[in-house]
Amino acid sequence: MNKFDPSIVGFFCNWCTYLAADLAGTSRMKYAPNVRVVRTMCSGRVDPQMILWAFRNGADGVLIGGCHPGDCHYQEGNYKALRRTKLLHKMLRQFGIEPERLRLEWVSASEGERLRDVVNEFTEQIRRLGPLRAAETTKEAVAA
Amino acid sequence: MKGNGNHNARIGVYVCHCGTNIAGKVDVNAVVEAAAGLPGVVISREYKYMCSDPGQELIVKDVKEHDLNRVVVASCSPHLHELTFRKTTANAGQNPYLMHMVNIREHVSWVTDDGAAATAKAQRLVRAAVERVRWHQELEPRQFPINPNVLIVGGGIAGIHAALTLANAGKQVYLVEREPTIGGHMAQFDKTFPTLDCAACILTPKMTAVKQNPNIHLLTLSEVSEVSGFVGNFKVKVKKYPRYIDEAKCVGCGECIEECVYKEGKYPNEFDLGLGKRKPIYMPFPQAVPSIPLIDSATCIEFKTHKCPKGCVEVCGDRNAIDFTQQVQEIELEVGTVIMSTGFKTFDPCRLPQYGYGKFPNVYTSLEVERLVNAAGPTLGQVVMRDGRKPESIGILHCIGSRDENTNKYCSRVCCMYSLKLAHLLKEKTGAHIYNFYIDMRTPGKGFEEFYKRVLDEGVSFIRGKVAEVSGWAQSPAEEGKLILRAEDTLLGVIRRIPVDMVVLSVGMEPQADANEVRRLFNLGCSAEGWFLERHPKLAPVDTFTDGIFLAGCNQGPKDIPDTVAQAGAAAAQSMALIDKGFVEMEPNTAWIDEELCSGCHVCIAMCPYTAIHFDAEKKIAVLNEALCKGCGTCVAACPSGAAQQNLFRDEQLFAEVEGVLV
Repeated sequence: MNKFDPSIVGFFCNWCTYLAADLAGTSRMKYAPNVRVVRTMCSGRVDPQMILWAFRNGADGVLIGGCHPGDCHYQEGNYKALRRTKLLHKMLRQFGIEPERLRLEWVSASEGERLRDVVNEFTEQIRRLGPLRAAETTKEAVAA
Repeated sequence: MKGNGNHNARIGVYVCHCGTNIAGKVDVNAVVEAAAGLPGVVISREYKYMCSDPGQELIVKDVKEHDLNRVVVASCSPHLHELTFRKTTANAGQNPYLMHMVNIREHVSWVTDDGAAATAKAQRLVRAAVERVRWHQELEPRQFPINPNVLIVGGGIAGIHAALTLANAGKQVYLVEREPTIGGHMAQFDKTFPTLDCAACILTPKMTAVKQNPNIHLLTLSEVSEVSGFVGNFKVKVKKYPRYIDEAKCVGCGECIEECVYKEGKYPNEFDLGLGKRKPIYMPFPQAVPSIPLIDSATCIEFKTHKCPKGCVEVCGDRNAIDFTQQVQEIELEVGTVIMSTGFKTFDPCRLPQYGYGKFPNVYTSLEVERLVNAAGPTLGQVVMRDGRKPESIGILHCIGSRDENTNKYCSRVCCMYSLKLAHLLKEKTGAHIYNFYIDMRTPGKGFEEFYKRVLDEGVSFIRGKVAEVSGWAQSPAEEGKLILRAEDTLLGVIRRIPVDMVVLSVGMEPQADANEVRRLFNLGCSAEGWFLERHPKLAPVDTFTDGIFLAGCNQGPKDIPDTVAQAGAAAAQSMALIDKGFVEMEPNTAWIDEELCSGCHVCIAMCPYTAIHFDAEKKIAVLNEALCKGCGTCVAACPSGAAQQNLFRDEQLFAEVEGVLV
């Protein structure tokens, strides 16, 4: 069976989620290879345009990883990321992209196991959704 | 803004095997070949260990010979070796910020089962880095002067040792302690394992040295309430709570305590864990530093009724040190580095009701027994139980709140050894028969195993098994009036009932109750258990992810006194290394605003958590103060016109990287 292998972009903040991924590595935890990490200093740096750019360039899903509420290295960048994600979820639907394809998760530097679980679970979710067919769904939306 | 070199980039790609750490999973040659075909890549190579001297020289040689102006190193996490490879390219005469690292070890080879998938992922990440590095620009690290003063938070043995080390080197130290005296837990201990040095004999001279050292500014009854700034330039607010006795005027004669309206101690003494009594005006213990009494406003008659004859004030006389009007004071400090030595708390055995703590008076915690066997303790070192009897048999229960799925999974590291020490001391003082109930004996340390042997030879019994229950339910005349310990003896394979007079619960260590608030105040990370997170468990054990803040002692995890002192020395040395350099260098990842593009919409101004951006009313644009910017990039993500940009994380760089991972 030819299993769908999703392409996922992970925007991980330097201080929490990126380090959790480092910890998962040093702990030799195995997880799905689909998430390709782009490091930003803070989840607050993740510009919604970057997310749309990822979908436009073939991403089937986008995972943003930040510090837990109250733990942001820059005080409140993660709250900015949260607000932007909420807003973008509404807009994605208008573009014909299932909002489930974008997820924001809080993963702290000590949560290697959680990082593994989040990546596996999100990969599985995107696999169930299938490849992103934004162009076609947009057309359908326009036609309807 | 310099040219981005997009079209004339000459890129070198270096893929590391890391022995078999990467090459065991990722087909390194396939990654090298894929990179060689990418536009702009002049040379693509692999090497067994890129971070080794020959590996680095390989890069230096290539940069010079092939006139490279961009370098991509695919190896481990940038958190480990970004600085290494920046130095490498700098040695080759290249601006260090024209190098980019790809993490194909922690994020690829170590976490991927399938070799082909790992190779494909590594190839994608390398391609993304090649696309990204084209857009890199020459940058210079920011330099700031460093304030040579140091703040130390917590005055236990860790804080004391760090303070003395720094002060002896001529640095000005602010030592903040929330209790009325420094000394911490160590001051409460009787003897220390395995040498049986008296804790007070080795600690109190150091406490006195703190008081006498002109470079140490001691703030007791004080807590840090606010922290701002960054490495080299922290601004700290400290709340100093009233002692109601003027530290400048008091000579520590203690006559005021004698003259208190209470002739005997009436309230539980916190230092003795309630085993002794104190008056409303008291010294926590005789060797307290500062050697100045304090008044507890909750129990003092004067505070309650304003009708006390105030014998204390009268006897103090002209010295006039007693001041009932003292208020909370706010003190502002400016320091360059911070050492966190906030310590631990002991596990509360009430959480495990099967051990009867609080129900049976003769069940004690190990810390209480430290006070009980201490010659300066509430019983002057006589082991007299709460019911007035002397114990003839004692059970010491290891691992209370440690190695337990229901409480804390970790080993607290010190309990086996202090249990052995208490077994020895209790045996020496009472002649009682002593049973140690243990899961495993853990005695790794200099002289530790030898001490275990010694206690075995002294006739202390050891039963391998965890006590299930402490009860008062006698089943035979011999058990009447005793505490009955039920445990499986896992060596004999039988359930045993052992009646004893006294039970000692060897409680483990936990993070301080307010550790979470404290770490947020200082912007530190913590482990799942709540211990403060070190920058690297092996290579940076006292550094944190916040530059200029270091860890010492048990706030980072359970440890004994020798390890705590060693760590405190290391934290002091790290702090000094920063101070003596004279300046701090900071990552040039700050944001900037393109005047041409800024429309003056104000959006970025509200985004900045450091108020680094203000509005220039004349030019009608936003202006960013680089000195205040910490480089989060939140303003950049918010800017609707692309005027705000962040060095090292510019839009072009990140968009190129995103595109790269998806091709």
